[in-house]
Amino acid sequence: MSYQYTFGPAIDPITRLGWALGIVALSVVAIIAFLLIGGVFRRRAPSSQRLAESKDAGGVSWIYIGTGISSVVLIGCMVWTMIVTAAVSRPPGLPALTLQVTASQWWWSVRYLSPRPEDVFTTANEIHIPVGQPIRIELMSADVIHSFWIPQLAGKMDVIPGITNVTWLQADKPGVYRGQCAAFCGAQHAHMALFLIADTPRDFAAWREHQLTETPPDSLTEQGRQVFEAHCGVCHAVRGVVPAGVRGPDLTHLMTRRTLAAGLLPDQPGDLAAWIVNPQRFKPGALMPAQLLSGAELTAVTQWLSTLN
Amino acid sequence: MIPTIEQNRTPVIAGSPNTEKLRRIWEGKPGLAGWLSTVDHKEIGKRYIVTAFFFLLIGGLEALAIRVQLARPNQTLLSPERYSQLFTMHGVTMIFLYALPVLSGFSNYLWPLLLGSRDMAFPRLNALSYWVFLFSGIFLYSSFPLGKAPDGGWFNYVPYASLAYNPGPNIDVYALGMLLLGISTTVGSINFVVTLARTRAPGMSVNRVPVLVWGTVTASVGNLLAVPAVSLAFFLLWMDRQAGTHFFDSTTGGQPLLWQHLFWMFGHPWVYAIVLPAMGIVSDALPVFCRRPLVGYTAVALSTVTTMVLGFGVWVHHMFASGLPLLSLSFFSAASFVIVIPSAVAVFAWIATIWTGRPVYTAAFHYFAGFVLLFVIGGVSGFMTAAVPVDWQLTRTYFVIAHLHYVLIGINVFPVLGGIVYWFPKVTGRLMNEKLGKWSFWIAFTGFNTAFFPMHVLGILGMPRRIYTYADQLGWTTPNLIVSIGAFIFGAGILLFIFNACVSLRNGTPAGDNPWDASSLEWSVPSPPPPYNFAVIPIVASRYPLWEDAMNEGPERSSIYTGMLLDKGRETIGTSPLDAEPDVILRMPGDSSLPLLLALAMTALCASMLAHSRWGVYSSALATFIVTALWLWPQRTLAQVDR
Repeated sequence: MSYQYTFGPAIDPITRLGWALGIVALSVVAIIAFLLIGGVFRRRAPSSQRLAESKDAGGVSWIYIGTGISSVVLIGCMVWTMIVTAAVSRPPGLPALTLQVTASQWWWSVRYLSPRPEDVFTTANEIHIPVGQPIRIELMSADVIHSFWIPQLAGKMDVIPGITNVTWLQADKPGVYRGQCAAFCGAQHAHMALFLIADTPRDFAAWREHQLTETPPDSLTEQGRQVFEAHCGVCHAVRGVVPAGVRGPDLTHLMTRRTLAAGLLPDQPGDLAAWIVNPQRFKPGALMPAQLLSGAELTAVTQWLSTLN
Repeated sequence: MIPTIEQNRTPVIAGSPNTEKLRRIWEGKPGLAGWLSTVDHKEIGKRYIVTAFFFLLIGGLEALAIRVQLARPNQTLLSPERYSQLFTMHGVTMIFLYALPVLSGFSNYLWPLLLGSRDMAFPRLNALSYWVFLFSGIFLYSSFPLGKAPDGGWFNYVPYASLAYNPGPNIDVYALGMLLLGISTTVGSINFVVTLARTRAPGMSVNRVPVLVWGTVTASVGNLLAVPAVSLAFFLLWMDRQAGTHFFDSTTGGQPLLWQHLFWMFGHPWVYAIVLPAMGIVSDALPVFCRRPLVGYTAVALSTVTTMVLGFGVWVHHMFASGLPLLSLSFFSAASFVIVIPSAVAVFAWIATIWTGRPVYTAAFHYFAGFVLLFVIGGVSGFMTAAVPVDWQLTRTYFVIAHLHYVLIGINVFPVLGGIVYWFPKVTGRLMNEKLGKWSFWIAFTGFNTAFFPMHVLGILGMPRRIYTYADQLGWTTPNLIVSIGAFIFGAGILLFIFNACVSLRNGTPAGDNPWDASSLEWSVPSPPPPYNFAVIPIVASRYPLWEDAMNEGPERSSIYTGMLLDKGRETIGTSPLDAEPDVILRMPGDSSLPLLLALAMTALCASMLAHSRWGVYSSALATFIVTALWLWPQRTLAQVDR
């Protein structure tokens, strides 16, 4: 989450400005501390006068000089700020991809838009993008205010119900970039992370191709699919199998993701089963209720979900 | 309510009046009834300060609970719900129930003494302001023991604070409590504005009043313009929640951003309201310990006013990430840079005062000198967040927590502690222990910086605010532990300070009238001051009445012990707003239980609204009306009816 170093044209000018302002800030503190300590401890000629300085006006030049220098520095920083604001306000070229990110208490839905309807798909809590290309992101909220923030790629943009805010980012280096909701949104605000994975264009194309495939029916795990449909399908969708639910994250290709529950747990069958049994243990207040499943049902549904790769 | 004019009398000028008679006129009744009905500004001021410190301790305990939870990753000491309530109530308590009330306490106690008057312009309104503050504080905490305290953050953004996402009484308590507190702030502010305009000693023209007075009156005018925005916001929210309106509900055409605008239109001027009077304390007291007048009085006074004026044009810098058009963001960004300039004026004035003066290393001087450094650190981090794109990174991270605590603790708490050391002898007649005072300064100063400086780093490491826990591998673990340790050290410093105050109250060295050889009028009266403040109303000839001989700037001298003797009942002199030329004798009301009753009736009204009690609302509204009518009923003693 540290943004000392950043990796894209939507953020790099900001990072440089931030460091510059930081250096100005630290210099001001150093100068003032020096003047203050000097003023307190500097040697003074002994005096029997009741007051050290009896003239009301003595020392006013300090204010003129200090404020004058400060104003020049401030105006310089202000101009630079305006330049940077303009520079990052829009991407250098047409965006390669438009994503619709919908924030909900306490997870992220990510929809990949495309002019071809068959290329549109939805995933959750994980964004893949091709490296080196600007990406347009439309932000919507399903409930309260959230804030979309992937510190190493772009500054925050709030996600406000009733409004579609638009931001953009571009990753210049392949890698995994962590993000997290940055606006207090309720009990589990702390556990609302998302990951952005910048792939090489070839890897991204392969990933996208894979995401568009549908899950084939499998007779071995048929019982698990039925449990899913009965218990989970109200909120969760698996494309091609159980298309209905939209209240919870889309679970198509669940096992290709890195984490469960918006960054909280590693995405592996043991954690998956524990999560299904009682989400409240890990994420108290989460909107997913504990599932009253028999041992056999739990095993079956976990097995079936584990095949979604 | 309005002390009216008695025109056909010229006040007697006297040198050594019969103080026994004045004491009889001004002294409150003994016992509980007297305690509940007093309108003495000194009594009210002390209550404000003690109550505010009580809330400071509660808010501090909440902060320590939060810091225990965050000291290590993945802790489960506090549930998420409890954590939300704690950080919300910590903010509400510190910002609303400590920071302004403690300054109101200083100003209430000091104003008439600084201005050479016998009381505030509206003594009963003053008492009302205190009682409503006290009751609104209790009201805001009423649901805390039930585990239903406000939990939407002090900023209380909708729609999280709306009924759909927050169905309990939590937010209703906050909304109604804030309406109540708004009444207290408003009547208190009116009182300060009118007091400044009308009840200064003759000769105390506006360019001679202490800077604390400038700070408080600026804050008061700011409050009068800002509080309506937040009262409206909370009323609309309450309507949305309880009456089915849709001001903030986007699903039915309402607008969540409306809340943010209304809240911050209030919120940012409020920030200046809770620092400007504290800066005034420093501007008045620091020069005493530098043995010289403040450098650039006029510049500092004008920069105080300028800060507040600009402060009304920066509220959107709390909303830089909300997707507003860049053009409007740029305007507010520029304003946020410009507002640094008046602060720079004050900083250089203080430093020049120290540099060209001859510092006396008292405990109070420690707090004021330390304050200057903290002010600058809080200022420059604010300057960084003024840059829109940089703020997109910094906002809502621990960097902002660091910034706001440097501002609020650095610029409010440290001057308040220094101010208490400075005026303690005036209020109690005894000096605070200097050694303990310096120890508590160094402990608090070290603890404060240990707690809050690493938060800048945490912010740059990307730690968001308001998260109840965090994972280990994000690099936040060690700084958080340091922060938590620092918080406890800071708390220990504050406790030592309070211990010192309690001990010194009984055992401190007797102070005399003017232990610091200070320059302003309050030091000309006995410590503690008598109920009538000044035996005769002084006549002021300069900005530093008690330093006139030492400064010897002109032949004129203030007349402090010979002046108008007003001893025909509770009276003070009314003077003209700018030049303070006396024009009327003001009749002041005596002690009254009406302020307490009115505060109780209004609190009952809010409680009935909270409980949905129709008959409770009717009866308490009626009680409010009746008490108000009794209050306003024309009285012969106030010369409101013809004889």
